[in-house]
Amino acid sequence: MPTTWTDLIEAEPGAELQEPPGEEGEDSGEPQAKRRGVFRRLRESLATSREALSAELSSSLFETLDAETWERLEEALIMADVGARTTAEVVSKLELEVESGKVTDGEAVRERLIELLAELARVGDTTIDVRKRPAVVLVVGVNGTGKTTTIGKLASRLRSMGLSVLLAAGDTYRAAAVEQLTTWAERAECEIVRAETGQDAGAVIFDAIERAEARAIDVVLIDTAGRLHTRTDLMDELAKVNRVIAKRLGGPPAETLIVVDSTTGQNGLRQAKIFSEAVEVDGVVLTKLDGTAKGGIALAIAGELGIPVKLIGVGEGIDDLRPFDADEFAAALLGD
Amino acid sequence: MFDQLSERLQGTMSDLRSRGKLSEDDVDKAMREIRLALLEADVNFKVTKQFVAAVREKAIGEGVLESLKPGEMVVKVVSEQLAELMGGSGRDLAFASKPPTVILMAGLQGSGKTTATAKLGRHLKEEGKSVGVAACDTQRPAAVDQLDRLGRQAGVEVFQQGTERDPVDIAEWALGRARSQELDVLIIDTAGRLHVDNDLMDELVAIKKRTKPHNILLAVDAMTGQDAVNVAEQFAEATEFDGVVMTKLDGDARGGAALSVKAVTGKPILYASTGEKLDALERFHPDRMAQRILGMGDVLSLIEKAEKELDLSDAEDMERKMRRDEFTLDDFLKQLKQVRKMGPLTSVLGMMPGMGKAMKELKGANVDDRELDRLEAIILSMTPEERRNPDVIRGSRRRRIAMGSGTNVQAVKQLTKQFDQMRKVMKQMASGKMPNPEALLRGQMGAGRRR
Repeated sequence: MPTTWTDLIEAEPGAELQEPPGEEGEDSGEPQAKRRGVFRRLRESLATSREALSAELSSSLFETLDAETWERLEEALIMADVGARTTAEVVSKLELEVESGKVTDGEAVRERLIELLAELARVGDTTIDVRKRPAVVLVVGVNGTGKTTTIGKLASRLRSMGLSVLLAAGDTYRAAAVEQLTTWAERAECEIVRAETGQDAGAVIFDAIERAEARAIDVVLIDTAGRLHTRTDLMDELAKVNRVIAKRLGGPPAETLIVVDSTTGQNGLRQAKIFSEAVEVDGVVLTKLDGTAKGGIALAIAGELGIPVKLIGVGEGIDDLRPFDADEFAAALLGD
Repeated sequence: MFDQLSERLQGTMSDLRSRGKLSEDDVDKAMREIRLALLEADVNFKVTKQFVAAVREKAIGEGVLESLKPGEMVVKVVSEQLAELMGGSGRDLAFASKPPTVILMAGLQGSGKTTATAKLGRHLKEEGKSVGVAACDTQRPAAVDQLDRLGRQAGVEVFQQGTERDPVDIAEWALGRARSQELDVLIIDTAGRLHVDNDLMDELVAIKKRTKPHNILLAVDAMTGQDAVNVAEQFAEATEFDGVVMTKLDGDARGGAALSVKAVTGKPILYASTGEKLDALERFHPDRMAQRILGMGDVLSLIEKAEKELDLSDAEDMERKMRRDEFTLDDFLKQLKQVRKMGPLTSVLGMMPGMGKAMKELKGANVDDRELDRLEAIILSMTPEERRNPDVIRGSRRRRIAMGSGTNVQAVKQLTKQFDQMRKVMKQMASGKMPNPEALLRGQMGAGRRR
């Protein structure tokens, strides 16, 4: 499981990527301490909410293991948006292990639970593959999840790792989406290919890939218009955009990421499912984890659809996009 | 909208209805189903608990079980509780005795504030008010541009000063402008903020102090999960908002957030935003929504929509034609266009009683509005003669129509066949026999689907 940017971004052999500043590399003095900071911030923000606090599982809960323990456990996971089905699976698995005597004391039960949750989250290929040139990364999702912001932050990260980046403003629907991405391009100091609102997204993307090839750019990040997965016409349009890319590249995009808002409830599973029917989704970006929402829906997506989380968004700053760490995420789900 | 929730509840409800007698055990079983259905719909865990307890108490007490039709009574209790949970009967915006009425929009990032601001502006303008919107989201890049464009599309005044100035100052300045232009309403868009972000929450409070809004509306994404309640509580604490605009209700979110927010904060849902276009904003009617969830249909909304969109004299004309069996494909086309004016097919059908099951089949068959586009194309490729008398359409005409409409011969055949059936059904209706709505629907939809 990659926990640093250099692990996360799979580049050509021989390419020397630098760990971006503000993020610790393998050999920096206090790697754990700093990364923990993200989740400490999460916990602190959680503490500001009484609701979340009451749902938190104190370790004392595991001292006596009875029906109430399992019920409280289910409650905590459901409150974290893990969903009734995934919750029932995990809890009954844990219950069985306890009954069979595999896990005995309270602290071990707690640790085992975090392990089970982390296992669920650890599926498929968890790196972002940018070995192709240009490596095309398509970013999709419903409205308002943070696609454009994610692309801006990702561009900045990749740039500071020493990769050249080009942005394609494929959201030609939302008013001013192109301007928003342009601002990000300036911040990340990278090129952008844009068209006016209302123009064909496919054409913009085609141009972007062409330009990237001509200038030997490493990574093309493609923004798309937010669309509700229930809009078949818009989903068809997305599939078409994907075909345009595939035709131009002679293969699918190197990476297709779906951006999911961590406040999303059980509907997130439908979103991921239907989007992955239109385009082959390789990973999830879980955004807005700096609120009180714990993003448990990502577990349901990983568990039921086999799509791993690759990145998390934890704030507004350009550095607040991080590689996903399953263990920390699982611990945070339990308010740990 | 609320589809999966209503499907589940409808199953349980029809089971209850079908019974002559109910025991406490029967009610408990039904309550367990309801509990799971609500949880799967993202209704807050605690709200679910309370809801189920309240329904159970009412269902078991008050002599419901001894009544003549206990099942019906329980269904009624559930329906009433649902409506109660979502806010009783509808509530209006508060309007100032001395204009402008100020409306402050708040919410998380990506909840749809800016779009909702423009939509509400348009909505109030349609009601005959003069409206201005103030762009105070200086955080998100290009948010000001977005409101500027949407506001102009909506035909309202846009007050913006770029992103350099302090949002609090911009809000105050905009209020001054609204006053001097004697506008009826000023809607203030603000930056999306996390409820745990103290600086931004303070900014919101400052805007509130400076502009003294008559209404503070919180935009809540219908797809929100269990966290909706935390968000609403925190915003309530900071701003004492007055009501909620539920956004993105046109997806297939089960809308549990909608159910929970009122229960926890006591703040009603005033508007529902149901589409990407600027006119896709509706007053939220909790009682009607509860009935829609339970599959009792939302006939009132449908009638209101129809009254707004349909031409009454046209409708009378149609009816006469149907009765006399003079209904042609031209008339069908006209009707099709009118129905489509009322919105996407699925949302119109969702309002009709007894359509819950049919809707499910429609979803499975993936019927969307493009099927109707094809029907229209086929009819438009016919000559006036053919539209009056589809019986003349044979081999070569069929081929020509198929080519002209970009479809195929089978599709044309289907359409004429279905139209023939439709006319038969209309004759039946005219003679007073009511056809089964689901059968009618299946018949019609088949025309476009099996190409």
